Amino acid sequence: MGQALDVHRLQFAFTITFHYIFPQLTMGLALLLVYLKTKALRTGDEHYNRAARFWARIFGINFALGVVTGIPMEFQFGTNWAAFSKTAGGVIGQTLAMEGVFSFFLESSFLGLFLFGEKKLGRIGHWVAGFLVFLGSWLSGYFIVATDAWMQHPMGYRIGANGAIELSSFWDLLLNQWALWQYAHTMLGAVQTGCFVMAGVGAFYLLTKRDEFYGRTFVRAGVLVGAIAALLQLFPTGDIQGKLVANNQQPTLAAMEGLFESKEGAPLAILGQPDVEKRKLDNPLEVPEMLSFLTYRKWRAHVKGLADFPQAEWPDQIPLLYYSYHVMVGLGTIFIAVMVVSYFLLWRGKLFRSRGMLWTLMVCVPLPYIANTAGWMTAELGRQPWLIYGLMRTANGISPRVAAGNAWFTLIGFMGMYTVLGILWLFLIYREIELGPEPGNRPAGEDTAVLAAD
Amino acid sequence: MGTIWFWLVAIMIVVYVLLDGFDLGAGAIHLFVAKTDDERRQVLASIGPVWDGNEVWLIAAGGTLYFAFPVLYASAFSGFYLPLMIVLWLLILRGASIEFRNHIKSAVWDPLWDFLFCASSLLLAVFFGAALGNVVRGVPLDASGYFFEPLWTNFRLTEETGILDWYTILVGVLALLALVMHGGLWVQMKTSGKVHERAGRMADRSWWGVLGLTALVTGVTFRVQPQVKENFTTWPWGLLFPLLAVAGLAGVAFELRKKEERKAFLASCAYLTGMLISVVFGVYPMVLPARNPVYSLTVATAKAGDYGLKVGLIWWVLGMILAAGYFTFVYRSFKGKVVVDKDSHGYGD
Repeated sequence: MGQALDVHRLQFAFTITFHYIFPQLTMGLALLLVYLKTKALRTGDEHYNRAARFWARIFGINFALGVVTGIPMEFQFGTNWAAFSKTAGGVIGQTLAMEGVFSFFLESSFLGLFLFGEKKLGRIGHWVAGFLVFLGSWLSGYFIVATDAWMQHPMGYRIGANGAIELSSFWDLLLNQWALWQYAHTMLGAVQTGCFVMAGVGAFYLLTKRDEFYGRTFVRAGVLVGAIAALLQLFPTGDIQGKLVANNQQPTLAAMEGLFESKEGAPLAILGQPDVEKRKLDNPLEVPEMLSFLTYRKWRAHVKGLADFPQAEWPDQIPLLYYSYHVMVGLGTIFIAVMVVSYFLLWRGKLFRSRGMLWTLMVCVPLPYIANTAGWMTAELGRQPWLIYGLMRTANGISPRVAAGNAWFTLIGFMGMYTVLGILWLFLIYREIELGPEPGNRPAGEDTAVLAAD
Repeated sequence: MGTIWFWLVAIMIVVYVLLDGFDLGAGAIHLFVAKTDDERRQVLASIGPVWDGNEVWLIAAGGTLYFAFPVLYASAFSGFYLPLMIVLWLLILRGASIEFRNHIKSAVWDPLWDFLFCASSLLLAVFFGAALGNVVRGVPLDASGYFFEPLWTNFRLTEETGILDWYTILVGVLALLALVMHGGLWVQMKTSGKVHERAGRMADRSWWGVLGLTALVTGVTFRVQPQVKENFTTWPWGLLFPLLAVAGLAGVAFELRKKEERKAFLASCAYLTGMLISVVFGVYPMVLPARNPVYSLTVATAKAGDYGLKVGLIWWVLGMILAAGYFTFVYRSFKGKVVVDKDSHGYGD
């Protein structure tokens, strides 16, 4: 530690991990808000509008934090990763600029209307505003994932005269098959965060015997949507992502699975600690031949281990990559179990009386955040040692003139500032949940919004 | 193709300054024009529904700059590392203070956020001005195409420049005054009562400062960056831009006397547009002048591949038409003077 490269990497990892706490919730909640607004429109029941307003307040806080922590991400491509930007900006600049032009304008314009203009817009108009916020946030997710997918699996480019990478096919960049599957997988992860948060808050209301109509609405919405998302997360999206890695990033697959030696009928490690120095997995708990089957659909298929690749091609943080992957998969499995059981109880009409299951839903709230973070860590640590897979090494991407000392200065600054923001965020969200969806609990003069008079 | 994008990015930056300029300006005068909680809510209400949309122009302009001139983005952003990071922190503080203030009503909660909102807006205006000053003055680029500027060296215009020297500080102060005027005119237009009066007075007073500093900075700039004089001599029609700025500035004073608040604000827009386009026109075809002119980055050396730029033109035009549509709709929906309403978020209950 202390080399400029390490500090630049740590700063990017830290700022993006913190940033992604917010969009994963807003993207998931955006879908659920559309669900609540549709219910309100169909049933004419004012409760659903109040429920939507309650979640819109939580959405607003998260959106604002997502915006302010998102700007540093765009800036850091230039400030900390100048050599990378100089080489690849002509390609990934496309998707990043499109995100600004197509999604942020849409999202921010209609969020303002959604939060401040319900009276003005009327019932249908307000639904449309909510839908456009959803559309904007989901489009934005696509452009970001397409950018990352290009770094994972570059398509539609050529090397220009001055050594820079140029775009050669717009549609290959935009419709990269890696991007399509990674997008589906990422968005399902965001939907699960939204669902677990909504169901968890609902469970909290039911367990504390307050706002029970809302409690039931939130649990129902969270479980109905969450169960579908949890299943699709594994199959087909997770499965196909795995195959894409197996076909295109072979050393990454071996490192994720902790497979040091090549094998026919390779086992799937459920638990165990990779020892990179001795090139083995300690205390392995394995399912025989499972990895071969999952990867190639043949029990005796040959899977290449890390030993088959020169060490310079290995991801440089193998244990962290291995654990991220296992945490993601483990939690994903737990989510399926929790959501499917909840779904079953809901169908049998027993969920709202089952204290055990409500407790489970409530304590699960932090878990999808961890799973989403672990998933992104798997993708990004798995891409190492490449910045653009097969084209540019991470070590060659940093800004040549920004010294480690300057990077430390800003990293520490971000850590301090984000700690304060994180505390404020928890405090404000807790407060919104405590005040609840019923109007009238709110002290006079708070959250006064603004209406323009004609 | 590069030249087209040069102007498109310039236009996006101008739009950013016009829009986010008024809410930065409103922030900078927040503590001075609004004293009571109700008055402060009026100021916040005047920018509440639009400020983050305005800030999106910064993100979109940044993204477009990145896509069209990746070499410039890499060089300038890493060279301006420290001030950009400080700008980021200020943007974070500012966003948080607008968003968090009205969640809780308490004698220790709102004043804190009001102060942070005002201070961060004020400093951002100065930093943005100083950044513009740096681009005009030129930066210590060398053959590698990179540079790194400390925050300051000896405040003189030597080879080893810092971000802040007497010239860039001067531009920073001009930017602050211009945005105070711009924001004051906006707040005057959108509010009523005491805030309205104070904001109008603030705009009126800052006008004199803007006038004086505009004259001074313009004179100095011709010496600091010789390219400017050369461009205006080669293409005299470019003098239309400084004329627009002068007309805008005169218009502000004229319309303020006539109490035409909307026209005064539009005149201020004309002033800012004229000033910014004059600068852009003055440095063309450089996108980042170097202290040693040999190493300056130009449109031709900094642009991305032609295929990408052509494709970009298609989606960019489409995207901008859509964005113009949203903005028109949003600004229409929130037109007129703000009233601080006790209703929560405009719902019936």
